[in-house]
Amino acid sequence: MFLLTLFTRIVILAIAAVSLNFILGYGGMISLGHAVYLGIGGYTVGILAHHGINSGFVQWPIALGLSALFALVTGALSLRTRGVYFLMITLSFAQMVYFLTVGLDKYGGDDGLTIYKRSTFAGLVDLSDKVAFYYVCFAILLACVLIVWRMSQSHFGVVIRAAKSNDRRMQALGISTYRYRLAAYVIAGTMCGLAGVLLANHTDFINPEMLSWTRSGDLIIMVLLGGLGTVIGPVGGTVAYLVLEEALSGITEHWQIVLGPFLVLMALYRRGGIAGLLSWSRRD
Amino acid sequence: MILFLEQFLNGLQFALLLFLLAAGLTLIFGIMDFVNLAHGSLYMVGAYFAATFTRWLNSFVLGVLLALPAALLLGVVLEMLVIRRLYSREHLDHVLATFGLILFFNEAARLVWGAAGLTLPLPSFLSVFLEVLPGVPYPAYRLTIIGVGLLVAGVLYYLVQHTRIGMLIRAGAANREMVGALGVNINRLYTIVFGVGACLAALAGVMAAPILTVQIGMGENILILAFVVIVIGGIGSVRGAFAASIIVGVTDTVGRAYLPEILRLILSPTGASTAAPALSAMFIYLLMASFLVVRPEGLFPAPGGRK
Repeated sequence: MFLLTLFTRIVILAIAAVSLNFILGYGGMISLGHAVYLGIGGYTVGILAHHGINSGFVQWPIALGLSALFALVTGALSLRTRGVYFLMITLSFAQMVYFLTVGLDKYGGDDGLTIYKRSTFAGLVDLSDKVAFYYVCFAILLACVLIVWRMSQSHFGVVIRAAKSNDRRMQALGISTYRYRLAAYVIAGTMCGLAGVLLANHTDFINPEMLSWTRSGDLIIMVLLGGLGTVIGPVGGTVAYLVLEEALSGITEHWQIVLGPFLVLMALYRRGGIAGLLSWSRRD
Repeated sequence: MILFLEQFLNGLQFALLLFLLAAGLTLIFGIMDFVNLAHGSLYMVGAYFAATFTRWLNSFVLGVLLALPAALLLGVVLEMLVIRRLYSREHLDHVLATFGLILFFNEAARLVWGAAGLTLPLPSFLSVFLEVLPGVPYPAYRLTIIGVGLLVAGVLYYLVQHTRIGMLIRAGAANREMVGALGVNINRLYTIVFGVGACLAALAGVMAAPILTVQIGMGENILILAFVVIVIGGIGSVRGAFAASIIVGVTDTVGRAYLPEILRLILSPTGASTAAPALSAMFIYLLMASFLVVRPEGLFPAPGGRK
C-alpha cells in the first residue's frame, strides 16, 4: 500500500516534470516558478470542494482553465525577458501566488485545507479507490508523454528547439519566436495544473507548500536528473529523485545534508542526466 | 504624520538591509554571471555566527565583529571549492548547485544549532530610543542599521567608482572576457568579489538578527526580494541596487502599513481584512512585474549591453 502511494506520487510529479521539461529542456526557458501551476490546479480543486462542488467535470476544466489563463498572462509578460531575468520574474510570479495562498485564511492559509471528498465523475471511476486512482494518473502521464513527443516532432516543436539554440536566426527567418514560446509556456502550465489537480486528490490536502520555490527547485532537479530535452527523461528523473528522497530519509532525518552536496556534484559533473548516461535518445 | 515617519524609517532600514544583500548579489551576477541562490544562506550563517559568538564572548560588539571575518572566510572557501568550477557552466547548473548548497546549509545549521531558532539580544546601550525629530522617538538600533547601511553604501560607492579594483569590477561587469584578456588576475578578482558579497550578506544577517529570530531558512524570503531589487536596479550595478532597494524597501513597508487602510475605503470591512495581508505581500511583486515590462534592463543597466 505504501508502494502504491509512492508510485502514484511519482507518476503525478512526473507529469509536472514532463511539462517543465517541455519549456526548459526543449525550449531553454528556465522557470523557477513552475510549481505555481501545481498550486493553481490543486487550490482550484480544494476551494471548489470546500464549497461543496465535488464533480470532477466541473472542477477539472476550471482548474485547467485557470492554469492556462495564468500562464498566458504571466507568460506574455515574462517572455519579453530572457535568461536570468526570466528566471527571476517567473519566481516572483510564483511567490506572488504563494503569498496569496498564505494570506487566504478562509482557505486554511498557512495550515492548508483538507479535501474531504475527491473529485467525482458521476460514477465513471471512483478516485478514492487507490488502485483506480493510480491507473488514472498513469494513463494521464502516458497521454502527456505522448503529447509532448508528438509536439516535439512537429513543426511547433522544431521551432521551439531551434529558438533555444539560436533565437536570432529564427527571427531572421521570419518566425515570431515569442508566440511559439508563449504557446509552449501555456501548454506546459496547463499540463502542470493538471498534475496539481491530481496531487490535491492524492494527498486530500492543499497548502501553500505546493507552490513554494523549493518545490519549483525540486521540479528542475527532476528534469535535470532525467536529462534535458528528452521525452522520457523527466519520468526517469522523477523516479530517481523521489526514490532517492525516500531511501535517504529512511537512513537519517538529516538526509538533506547528503542531498545538497549530491546536487552540487551533479551540477559539476552532469552530462545529460540519466537519459544521457543510457544513451536512449539522440542528443539535443 | 508621526506614524508615517516611523513607517518611512522602518522602510529605510529594511531597504538598507536589502541593499547589503542585493549589492553582493548584483556584483556576483554582474561580474561572474553567476546565479547565486545560496546568498540567503550566507545571510543566515552570518546571523548564526553573530548569535553564537556573542554568547561565547558575552559581548555584542565583539560577537558581531568576529562574525564578519568568519563569514568572509566561509565565502572564500566556498568560492574556491565549489563556485569557481561553475563559472564556465550555464545558469541552470548554477541554480542546481546553489539549490543544493541551500539544502546543505539549512540542514547543517539544523545539526549544529538545532531546529529551534536563536535569539540575539541587544546590549543596553542600543536598546534606547532616540528622538529623530522633537516628539518622535525611534529605536536607536534601527537608526544604527540605517547608519551602517549608508556607510557601507558610501564605502562601496567609493570603492567602485574611485579605486582601481572598482574599475576592474565595472569593467568586468561590462565585458568579462576583455578584462581577462588584458592580463588581470581574474581568479583573484572573482574570489574577492564573492568574498565581499558573502561578507555583506553576513553583515545584513548580523544586523537583522536582533530584530528577527535567527532561524533556519530565514534567508530565503529576503533573498527573493533581493532578486527583485537587482532586477529593478539593473544587474551588475551597485548604484542600481541602492536606488532599487530604497524603492522596494520603502514601498513594501509603507505599503504593508497603509494598504489595509486604503482597501477599507474601497472594499467592505470583511473584504478588506481578507484581501489586505495577501495583497500587501503581493504588491512588491506586481511592482517588479510592471517594472520589467516597461524597462527590462533595469534602472542602471551595465554599459555594453550584457545579457
